[in-house]
Amino acid sequence: MSTMEGYNFAYLDEQTKRMIRRALLKAVAIPGHQIPFGSREMPLPYGWGTGGIQVTAAVLGPQDVLKVIDQGADDTTNAVSIRRFFARTAGVATTTDTSAASVIQTRHRIPEKPLREDQIIVYQVPQPEPLSRLEPSRAETRRMHALAEYGLMHVKLYEDITRFGHVAISYDYPVMVNGRHLMAPSPIPAFDNPKMHQMAALQLFGAGREKRLYAIPPYTSVVSLDFDDHPFRTTRAPHACGLCGATDSYLDEVVTDDQGGRLYVCSDTDHCETRREAGHTGSESPLQEAAQ
Amino acid sequence: MAYVAVKGGERAIDNAHAWLAADRRGNPDVPDLGLAQIREQLGRAIDRVMAEGSLYDQDLAALAIKQSQGDLIEAAFLLRAYRTTLPRFAHSEPVDTATMAVRRRVSAVFKDLPGGQVLGPTYDYTHRLLDFTLAAGTAPPPPATAHATGAKMQRVNDFLVHAGLIEPDAPAGTTPGDITRQPLTFPAPRDVRLQALARGDEGFLLGLGYSTQRGYGGNHPFAGEIRVGEVTVEIEPAELGFAIDIGDITLTECQMVNQFKGSKTQPPQFTRGYGLAFGHAERKTMSMALVDRAMRAEELGEDVTAPAQNVEFVLYHSDNIEGTGFVEHLKLPHYVDFQSELETIRRMRAEADAGKEAAE
Repeated sequence: MSTMEGYNFAYLDEQTKRMIRRALLKAVAIPGHQIPFGSREMPLPYGWGTGGIQVTAAVLGPQDVLKVIDQGADDTTNAVSIRRFFARTAGVATTTDTSAASVIQTRHRIPEKPLREDQIIVYQVPQPEPLSRLEPSRAETRRMHALAEYGLMHVKLYEDITRFGHVAISYDYPVMVNGRHLMAPSPIPAFDNPKMHQMAALQLFGAGREKRLYAIPPYTSVVSLDFDDHPFRTTRAPHACGLCGATDSYLDEVVTDDQGGRLYVCSDTDHCETRREAGHTGSESPLQEAAQ
Repeated sequence: MAYVAVKGGERAIDNAHAWLAADRRGNPDVPDLGLAQIREQLGRAIDRVMAEGSLYDQDLAALAIKQSQGDLIEAAFLLRAYRTTLPRFAHSEPVDTATMAVRRRVSAVFKDLPGGQVLGPTYDYTHRLLDFTLAAGTAPPPPATAHATGAKMQRVNDFLVHAGLIEPDAPAGTTPGDITRQPLTFPAPRDVRLQALARGDEGFLLGLGYSTQRGYGGNHPFAGEIRVGEVTVEIEPAELGFAIDIGDITLTECQMVNQFKGSKTQPPQFTRGYGLAFGHAERKTMSMALVDRAMRAEELGEDVTAPAQNVEFVLYHSDNIEGTGFVEHLKLPHYVDFQSELETIRRMRAEADAGKEAAE
């Protein structure tokens, strides 16, 4: 594939990439700590993955194989748009196969298949500041991070437990990284939080509009906040995937009619397809339907 | 029911773009709109797009307006995304608005002053009656003309500075910040704040400026001067060692004169709010000057109570490219997060029901 006329490889100029790489090195050196960076205006709107795109552009090389997912799916329109952007500006090979990708840019999910040391996962982050809903001033939250003053977040969790019986955060569930920095894992479902802990792959986070980067190096401790008597727990729809029968994957709930009909299917489309190719079936598989 | 996973995102995008292009063109029986027409006849739209897009280029702004079907925030976004790819050859010397070739200059604080009041091409005293002769395409009568004097038109504030009644200009010589290269940090110095306001959304600044007039952080403003005209832009290439003229740009400048009661260290004197923008942009620069002054509350020992005085609040929300992206990103799929919320709310309802049954 040829790259786009008049633009540098992967769109950004080399000076900008160098600036981002320097910020990324700093981010890797202080896991979970937000690094301000000179986020550029991208040809895609803020809030649509500009941070992730800049990080991907800075780490991408001509030999890389890129996978882009949104909501776990390769075929959601914004994932298609971002994958095309890099196919157009960098001419890199793209894939939907998690195991074949060297760089995975994601919005809202971590693939079900465990990632390897030779892979990088880049998260799109709308709001990098985990304390933002509790304290709107960034001058103040920076001070709180500097002092590791996270009592406010524990109070929030405690208040949830007293009101609802458990923590009522179901996505973007705050984590403590390397025992030091409170971090927003981006709006992945809490179901995905345990995958971040001691992950073999490098995890990079880009927030373009908020102009912050952060990172989790491989094999780093990532602990979801909880209390001894109210341990962290994840939720998923209590069903099996209608297509591949998986009972351990995160499921999307699809409305099938106006009579309350629901179908549950894997949110990770590659995971589901790989399982179906291996012969796994679910209650809605065409074969099963034919048998009925 | 056989479920087919939703495929075809690529085709949907291609089809959407083709439809958009046809929609943009409209009825092909109507002549295509030329960029020169937009540039010459929609000048205020061009000016706004250049100001908020942070790029002074009337032809590119005209293209952006055409491409965005007149959606000016979308047009400013197109310019921003273009300008960020451009190499930087040089920085200009500070422009001197006292040497501006003034088209319009009004002061509300003096009846007359050296250089005079120059009404210029303004809507101010037009009666807002729809002009049906325009619809008929009638050519306007030629305007009155006069010879330019070429005299430098001193800024109104300079008269007050000489008398010691208003705070002087900030000392020159420091390199201003640049939020297009360095992320905002707080406390943000005034040069950075002014840069953010200059490219900020006109509507947002208007609302904030208006709020200060209605009591949310009032600062008793007088329009010291508003001037519109052309200024020369100069750069000094390192290999030359002297400044060269690279062209003229149209600017609007607003100097607000505001009350200040004085403090322990400073005698009572007028303070300033400042507004500057590309093109003819009086509403924008006047709003900007009100908000600039409001954000100086802390520096001037005033209580910080109103939204317009909260520097973080103003600067983080004044950029309409950032704002429109994040507001509109809500239309992207969020079904994974929504699913986790569904499961949480179902669990909470089940627990509530179980509690009710146990109580019965």
